[in-house]
Amino acid sequence: MAIISRGFGGRRRESVDGLPPGQYLTHDFPVLSAGPTPRIPLDRWHFTITTETGQKTEWNWTEFLALKSEDVTTDIHCVTKWSKLGTTWRGVSLDTLLEDVDTAADYTMVHSFGGYTTNVPLEDLLDSKAWIAYKFDGEDLEPEHGGPARMIVPHLYFWKSAKWVNGLTLMNEDEPGFWEAAGYHMYGDPWLEQRYQGD
Amino acid sequence: MNPLDGNALAGDLRELFAVDVTVARYTCAGCGHADAVATLLLWGHGMGQVARCPHCSDVVLRMVHAPDRVFLDLRGSVRLELPLAGS
Amino acid sequence: MARAALPGRLTWREATVTGERWETPSARTLILDVPDWPGHLPGQHVDVRLTAPDGYRAQRSYSIASGWSPTAKTVELTVQRVADGEVSPYLADTIEVGEQLELRGPVGGWFVWRETQPAPVLLIAGGSGVVPLMAMIRARAEAKAKQPFRLIYSVRTPADACYADELARRVRDDPGLDVRWVYTRTPPAKRIDVATINSYGWPADFTPDCYVCGPTTFVETAADILVALGHDPKRIRTERFGGTS
Repeated sequence: MAIISRGFGGRRRESVDGLPPGQYLTHDFPVLSAGPTPRIPLDRWHFTITTETGQKTEWNWTEFLALKSEDVTTDIHCVTKWSKLGTTWRGVSLDTLLEDVDTAADYTMVHSFGGYTTNVPLEDLLDSKAWIAYKFDGEDLEPEHGGPARMIVPHLYFWKSAKWVNGLTLMNEDEPGFWEAAGYHMYGDPWLEQRYQGD
Repeated sequence: MNPLDGNALAGDLRELFAVDVTVARYTCAGCGHADAVATLLLWGHGMGQVARCPHCSDVVLRMVHAPDRVFLDLRGSVRLELPLAGS
Repeated sequence: MARAALPGRLTWREATVTGERWETPSARTLILDVPDWPGHLPGQHVDVRLTAPDGYRAQRSYSIASGWSPTAKTVELTVQRVADGEVSPYLADTIEVGEQLELRGPVGGWFVWRETQPAPVLLIAGGSGVVPLMAMIRARAEAKAKQPFRLIYSVRTPADACYADELARRVRDDPGLDVRWVYTRTPPAKRIDVATINSYGWPADFTPDCYVCGPTTFVETAADILVALGHDPKRIRTERFGGTS
């Protein structure tokens, strides 16, 4: 039986209708760090898609910025229970990046500068469900929030939206990424509260 | 954000193990560096604790607390060396 | 209360605040009565867990400030208030004498000093990192240990210094203890540097046991200087304090 501390509120938690189960509303943008923040010079930035047969498609920063971009307004849900509504991003749709990629794979591993990985089924990246964003709130994406560019897969818990992305590997079999290997759910649907393995 | 160190893992590890794992020597799977678990650089990420080798910054230990379970991932350490009582 | 404790594993205990002391305007010492306290080594810490009325929980580590003797019935924690923190403002300002909290410990067997260590001791503190080092100073006195101790204590201004009166008294009464202050915000403001550690620490030839505790950048700076001055890295123990409590 826990001792209840009167007068201890912890962080202000605002429960509002319409959020996934167990989530609270936040108005700031918490930064979660599992390691040092990578600082990636733009002339060394690249993004590489590698298919299951080893075919590579690569963009440098200039080439990436030349791709058709989209403005996206979306809610985001972090597995640590905060949700943020109506965030605005600009980025390149994964539909655009995967347009000319020839694959029969069903799964992907997202890779980042600094070594972070997270697995996402390919179909969750297609049909206007995922972007590689380089602007947040009209400004260049700060390194703390994943700049120069990060993945946005807003229909899954936000750990799937990898910061500092540099690549996508297509896989025939699903494999766990950084947090999935440490106990988090392989898919991570916030509406089904798929936080941990077995949820 | 600045990291803490493995000292701060002592309570969470002591809830799982009968000995103090922070005095154990890990050997990093990435670079072979060996030192006390207490010296690992600890990133207290909201999703879990991530302890990195101070020598090569590879992840040595990850600990995730679910409401009813703890996941302890030690694949970044090829071994732990623990002192025995009285030695 | 039925808590299924497995033998040898540590669980949460209930502690009662039996007293308090303000060390500075932003640092409060809580004196806790913990039933069946097993004793601790100086440098160890406890984890404190708070549960809000709505069930929300937060957990933080705090170093033990008190030395320990078998007759001591209490454990002291000194909590530095972090303005936008979550747990420290509650412990510094809200919890009252007579109230309870949950505590797990003592834990941490690496950043500790044992009176059986024969070497002289160099303590280097940055801000509230002084807390576990103070426990070592107090434990040395309680044990009547003879190993000479030196403390280099870096703090913003004299008003931010914890335990200043007690340290002054101990230095006056005990030739085996020396304290050097470094003020980072009081002219002539300075930071911990090679000259300070070289002048006021022990020479590396004395093979002292060194303990460094403070914010991450402070600890790394001080530890690098010690190594550069020739101290054996194996004799340098560090503990980093967070700024997000």
